Amino acid sequence: MLRFIIKRLLEAIPTLLALVTLSFFLMHFAPGSPFTSERGVPPAVLANLQAKYHMNESLMSQYFHYLWDLLHGNLGYSFRFTDFTINQLVAQSFPVSAEIGFWSFVVAVSIGVLCGVFAALRQNSLLDYGVMAFANIGMVLPNFVIAPLCILFFSIHYHWLPAGGWNGGAWPYLIMPVIAMSTSYIAQIARITRGSMIETMHSNFIRTARAKGLPKSHIIIRHALRPAMLPVVSYLGPAFVGIITGSVVVDQFFGTGGIGQHFVNGAINRDYSMVMGITILIGTLTILFNAIVDIVYVFIDPKIRY
Amino acid sequence: MTSLNNTPKQATNNILEVDHLRVNFTTPDGQVTAVNDLNFNLAQGETLGIVGESGSGKSQTAFALMGLLAGNGLIEGEARFEGQNILSLNEKAMNKIRSEKIAMIFQDPMTSLNPYMKVGQQLMEVLILHKGMSKADAFEASVKMLDAVKMPEARKRMKMYPHEFSGGMRQRVMIAMALLCQPKLLIADEPTTALDVTVQAQILTLLNELKAEFDTSIIMITHDLGVVAGLCDKVLVMYAGRTMEYGLTDDIFYHPTHPYTQGLLEAIPRLDSNEGTLATIAGNPPNLLNLPTGCPFQERCQHAEDRCRKEAPTLEEYQAGKLRACHKPIHWEQAV
Repeated sequence: MLRFIIKRLLEAIPTLLALVTLSFFLMHFAPGSPFTSERGVPPAVLANLQAKYHMNESLMSQYFHYLWDLLHGNLGYSFRFTDFTINQLVAQSFPVSAEIGFWSFVVAVSIGVLCGVFAALRQNSLLDYGVMAFANIGMVLPNFVIAPLCILFFSIHYHWLPAGGWNGGAWPYLIMPVIAMSTSYIAQIARITRGSMIETMHSNFIRTARAKGLPKSHIIIRHALRPAMLPVVSYLGPAFVGIITGSVVVDQFFGTGGIGQHFVNGAINRDYSMVMGITILIGTLTILFNAIVDIVYVFIDPKIRY
Repeated sequence: MTSLNNTPKQATNNILEVDHLRVNFTTPDGQVTAVNDLNFNLAQGETLGIVGESGSGKSQTAFALMGLLAGNGLIEGEARFEGQNILSLNEKAMNKIRSEKIAMIFQDPMTSLNPYMKVGQQLMEVLILHKGMSKADAFEASVKMLDAVKMPEARKRMKMYPHEFSGGMRQRVMIAMALLCQPKLLIADEPTTALDVTVQAQILTLLNELKAEFDTSIIMITHDLGVVAGLCDKVLVMYAGRTMEYGLTDDIFYHPTHPYTQGLLEAIPRLDSNEGTLATIAGNPPNLLNLPTGCPFQERCQHAEDRCRKEAPTLEEYQAGKLRACHKPIHWEQAV
């Protein structure tokens, strides 16, 4: 197991390097620069700015410069928020995204799995149809529709919840972002769970368990749940990354100040270091969570050994 | 008329009486009768073989008795186990019968054990849930049962997963699991079909020994007449969900009177025969959605005549303890 973890960590290095290289050059080849603006910058100021960010050097030299800084854990200064380093900005916004993401994940998994299991056990019942209808609606409704609907309903109509802001992550500020964030994941997890649960309940070893005269609850919890969770777990790795980093819309609507808005604004403003920094963060998280999924698999499926 | 007398050996102590059992399935293509008016009795310690080709309804008979039919299955008739009709029991009451009174082993030991649980857990849970044993007691009892099915290093294997076992060893686990509560009746659904020939023989020997040791009645479902010869007291030959012939194993083996039974017996490959080709029964088992008129076997029967194509033969007791459904049975005086 330790060998597997070390191997996965080593494998992550070339993956990340490729990611950094590709996004670095793509970003720099895109037309425009961080200092392009309508008003235009005086040549002397531009020269100074370019010197500060090493942009007067060759592209290769900039690339190695960036790599060198990166090796020291330094993501560089933001081109837009010039007084801040990317490390500072990420340190400020990532915890917000992580908190929304964590709760969305918890909500999505618990409700999604529960709905999926019950729908599967009552296949073709009213409950099943209800869950599936909800899942379909949840999947086709994008979060930029759910978010304003939430605000309209909970904030403007009933005045139950604040329409936006973060306030250090106090729970009234958390509820609507979590709803907007988790709905589509609840739907997706419910669908996957239902499908794999139905398949598991029809397998031969469940028939054996029934023939043994075990109570139904015991069969479901001890025999069926584990294998039924396998496809869900493999979905959860990438989904978790998506939940944590994909808060663009949520940040926009609720003004929560997560990492998503930095990503989008960074791309629009040609804030090279910001886009690079967040790309690397997402890449690292993706590799990390896929590795975690593989490790969780070992605990679910005894046939898997590393 | 079809309620069956017992073989002379056992008089009245039947533990299972199956009476006019029918199993229907509602499918998108129409109503399918998988088991059609089945009757048989089983005495304590007796072994009955149910023989037939694929789709003859033999496995569905077993599933019906265990209450394991698919959701679209519908049962008619009665199956009295120790006088109680087990076909009308609800799931909870049935769970008290399963394992404790009637246990079942399945055709495919590769997929019939839960691959995600240790073998020991799968054995122990039966004793914990049915007998209320403690974990420690259940562990010891399970090891003992694994020893009884001749599992080498039983104690060590309790902690292993099914994929670490060979097919034969898994079937031994299945048998051990079925016998944990010492059931009165064991239903074995093609227990040796998925196994190597040498392993088949070992498993059959084991079943024979265990039958004597635990005084368990067995319903052995198989398409392999060799299995029947080695293990069973009585044989019921099924075709298209119906009983074709029913009687003592020896009678049926040495004097098959139904053309279908004879076909099955001739289809056993023999090494001492000089004929180059293997004997087969021409044609395929009929589609249950579209049975031929008259006798279900008539299209494949060499003896079929007009009457066979028009009216289905009824099951008749032509000698004490021997039943047969055929208009043109083989008479041994002539046939030999």
